[in-house]
Amino acid sequence: MCLSVPGRILDITEEDGFKMGKVDFSGVIKRICLQYVPDIQVGEYALVHVGFAIARVDEKEAAKTLQLLRELDEMQDEPDGESSS
Amino acid sequence: MKFVDEYRDEKLAQNIINKISRMLTRNWVIMEVCGGQTHAIVKYGLDQIFPKQMELVHGPGCPVCVTPLEMIDKALAIAEREEVIFCSFGDMMRVPGSRADLLQVKARGGDVRIVYSPMDALKLARENPDKKVVFFAVGFETTAPANAMAVWKAKEDGIQNFSMLVSHVLVPPAMTAILDSPGNRVQGFLAAGHVCTVMGTWEYEPIAVAYKVPIVPSGFEPLDILEGIMMLVRQLEAGKAEVENQYTRIVTREGNALAQEKISAVFEVCDRQWRGIGEIPQSGLRLKEEFKAFDAAMVFETRAIQTEEPSLCISGEILQGLKKPGDCPAFGVQCTPENPLGATMVSSEGTCAAFYQYGRHQNQELTGAK
Repeated sequence: MCLSVPGRILDITEEDGFKMGKVDFSGVIKRICLQYVPDIQVGEYALVHVGFAIARVDEKEAAKTLQLLRELDEMQDEPDGESSS
Repeated sequence: MKFVDEYRDEKLAQNIINKISRMLTRNWVIMEVCGGQTHAIVKYGLDQIFPKQMELVHGPGCPVCVTPLEMIDKALAIAEREEVIFCSFGDMMRVPGSRADLLQVKARGGDVRIVYSPMDALKLARENPDKKVVFFAVGFETTAPANAMAVWKAKEDGIQNFSMLVSHVLVPPAMTAILDSPGNRVQGFLAAGHVCTVMGTWEYEPIAVAYKVPIVPSGFEPLDILEGIMMLVRQLEAGKAEVENQYTRIVTREGNALAQEKISAVFEVCDRQWRGIGEIPQSGLRLKEEFKAFDAAMVFETRAIQTEEPSLCISGEILQGLKKPGDCPAFGVQCTPENPLGATMVSSEGTCAAFYQYGRHQNQELTGAK
């Protein structure tokens, strides 16, 4: 029900008093209401739910999360628990 | 798809699982709140890959599931009316009321339409001035900004043939109801990431403090869920109970202020019945007085419709994490997605439906307490 999908903003227009935009979901393009993300720019990603963008996807945070998980990976390549020094 | 595919990396997933396994020193019970998380957990088998100390129980998090039978019956009565175009998201179409579902009403000639957005229903109202267009507004906080905007716009533009049958529910009161239940086993929550996108994470801070439970809003991909579980286990093992955000690429502490403003402008908090659980105080949203002209329950006079929930199934206990689908003798036998007996089987995000869809009814190890 709360299914929401990230898509890339292709353009931003004004329509009937609303900020609207074309959003690309990996090739599927839909018109989405951008009224709740007024600062979003073309090229950025928004999280979209039932025709409304409800958040801007923070690319730096996205990269940071993956980086932290990769570092976890590196830490695990070392001996676990007791040190082998 | 960017921001989705990279969170399905199998090697990273295995590393998080190993890390969690090494952190565990005792038994923990963690509940994921959102039906989307339940679906992902069962789909990827995440509940079956941990050592037995780590138990995942599945929460109440699907608005489709918890919409009361009485509300479905009201929807059916309105949808059957000749002057009505009844609009709904696709996932409400097959949810059975006492005597039929919306698809059956459509098959008998009712004008029932699946829409992608409440704004599509508003557009239909503009295009069909001789009809009354009703939108079935079901959802958590995630969906409330869209529904609020549609009603607000209808009022602003003076569209009088548009109304909403509102059955909105709120997540935090459901979490406290679970924690207050005498048989509660939940020690930590994966909170619903997309609800937090709108509302932020601040609402959960008093709950974490009052009930001494860690709460981690997480995303919906396997790595999000696994990292969320790792954060919970780390807190539980350290005796901490804080709100810690896993879903930082989307969720902030404050949430979406403009969306919250619009929700408060159009809706007010009210007591609400949850299918399978019963009434939870202050757990729903209804239209404010100044938007009553857009309330389908008033426009069509549905107060006479009252329905008792049948007590055939154990979905109430499943929604609260007290039982699992395998504990029910009807699961996969009398109760299937084609012929659901109760809340947790009616939508694909319900726990029973997710277990059924991924073949768990054919599995010996269905169950219950580990």
